[in-house]
Amino acid sequence: MSEHVVSTKLYYAIWIALLVLTGVTAGVAFIDLGPFNTIVALTIATLKAVLVLLFFMHLKYTSEKMTSVVVISALFWLLILLALSLADYTTRPLGVN
Amino acid sequence: MNMATVVNPVTERENYLNQEYGVRSWLLTTDHKRIALLYLASITFFFFVGGLFALLIRLELLTPAGDLVQADTYNKLFTMHGQIMVFFFLVPSIPAVLGNFLVPLMIGARDLAFPRINLLSWYLYIIAGILMMHAVLTGGVDTGWTFYTPFSTAFSNTKVIEAGLAIFVVGFSSILTGLNFVVTIHRMRAPGMTWWRLPLFIWSMYATSIIFLLGTPVLAITLTLVIFERAFHLGIFDPTRGGDPLLFQHLFWFYSHPAVYIMILPSMGIISEIVPCFSRKRIFGYSFVAMASIGIAVLGFLVWAHHMFVAGMSIYAALIFSFLSYLVAVPSAIKVFNWTATLYKGSITFSTPLLYAFGFIGLFTMGGLTGLFLAALGVDVHVTDTYFVIAHFHYIMVGGAVMGYLGGMHFWWPKISGRMYPESLGRLAALIVFIGFNLTFFPQFILGYLGMPRRYWQYPPEFQVLNVLSTAGSTILAVGYLLPMAYFLWSMRYGKHAEPNPWGAAGLEWMTPSPPPTFNFEETPLVTWEAYDYGNIDLPKEVPVER
Repeated sequence: MSEHVVSTKLYYAIWIALLVLTGVTAGVAFIDLGPFNTIVALTIATLKAVLVLLFFMHLKYTSEKMTSVVVISALFWLLILLALSLADYTTRPLGVN
Repeated sequence: MNMATVVNPVTERENYLNQEYGVRSWLLTTDHKRIALLYLASITFFFFVGGLFALLIRLELLTPAGDLVQADTYNKLFTMHGQIMVFFFLVPSIPAVLGNFLVPLMIGARDLAFPRINLLSWYLYIIAGILMMHAVLTGGVDTGWTFYTPFSTAFSNTKVIEAGLAIFVVGFSSILTGLNFVVTIHRMRAPGMTWWRLPLFIWSMYATSIIFLLGTPVLAITLTLVIFERAFHLGIFDPTRGGDPLLFQHLFWFYSHPAVYIMILPSMGIISEIVPCFSRKRIFGYSFVAMASIGIAVLGFLVWAHHMFVAGMSIYAALIFSFLSYLVAVPSAIKVFNWTATLYKGSITFSTPLLYAFGFIGLFTMGGLTGLFLAALGVDVHVTDTYFVIAHFHYIMVGGAVMGYLGGMHFWWPKISGRMYPESLGRLAALIVFIGFNLTFFPQFILGYLGMPRRYWQYPPEFQVLNVLSTAGSTILAVGYLLPMAYFLWSMRYGKHAEPNPWGAAGLEWMTPSPPPTFNFEETPLVTWEAYDYGNIDLPKEVPVER
């Protein structure tokens, strides 16, 4: 296992990065980017999630096959949620959604 | 397997129950068996609270007029009945009680992988339970157990946030239990206990844990969004702020439909243990039954929008979900056919656990088949939000899940308590439950088909006869539930001492004394046989049930 290989410095750096990204999300909310409003917000959110997964949840430092199985299935389940929900949103008749 | 090597119980032998005494030894225990008993006491409490609400609902519906309670009170009664029964009884019932007790015993481990996290999960359950009871006692909730928006976020004047928080917290209790089971089953199997030698109860616990881990976080997120929208007026679900109320239903049912399988899969696991034992045969098609559990866990995530066919979703998506819903019937049918094939030409003993298993197989089949009616788009339009739906899911959850739970409690009670329950009373109670259940819920199929809607406290007079039958049935059902509780308590003091393996059953849990010692086994077992090796197990000399 890889509990103590990461320096606390790195943890603080990631933490500050997450805070900065949160600030950026809040700041961008005041600027109207048209259709890019949602895209930018989701991109930043995804980036933050990746940082948490890689560093705080140690995915970067593990080579266990089981861990990859867990991560891949979690992502796959998210894909199920999005894909089947979009099956509704993309095929609703105009004017109803 | 040589049963003669098992040591006979000595009355004063040290076991997990008498090793330590005092409240502290229970509240700070990390023994999975003691935590199982803590859960047993807690979920039994909530079962009776939820049952009380059910009886009040049935009493109100005894007459067509809304005369016993006011409409608002009725809304709260069915809401809190649902929330308490689903989140505080059915979801934790078998995993947290029997799963906690049996998973380490069945795989030959000393405890779960994370004993302290196991205790933490019970404390989370208790914190959630206190929150829920506080919400109940200080005004209640009236949104329906489903928290549908926009009513829950914009209109209801009841304790929505508090109940939502309670369910949020209890969800984490489930997640921790699921995590513990997955790691335990992967890491802590005894030497020789390969995946294909695992008891089917373990397979079903594994499948249930997958749903706990992948589904419950979505429920937590959804309830958080409801709470945020209600408290801070965000525009997630509110169309006037750019939200979509159907998004709530998508997110809610993404967890809550698989939650049905959280309730039924553990019961299926119990039936897969009981049927081979009391027909003295290896289960028919072991690997198919095992894989059907995993199949149900996965397919269960692909069908959620069949709860939304009339809610205004796209008809094309509805077609997809209707088709996918039919698929779940395949692994479910595999299980039912394999249990009946196991019984075929078996040497059958009509013991109490097997009577509950028979009840399960019949009632689950009825509940499952009526589920196909509801998955069919055309029929669903006719019966949506009627008593047909109520009858359908009670056949699954009460006729299926609770029957399985009671069967399992009787089957493993000698192991849990070290005492035998009175067999003839047990069989009587199983019969009362079966009769009471069908009298309560079968009329509701007819009522629903005739058009009686759910969630109203009044109804047209022509529906009264069937409603009176249903209410009468619910009182019989209540007797059937109180009886086992009474004789289980009685047997703890006066019951006959149980042998290590009173049923002559296969499985590692039966090869250690009843009740087991704190660390389960005197020495780590070495498994050299297949599961359900009934060809090589003799019945004990003194059989507690006449054949």
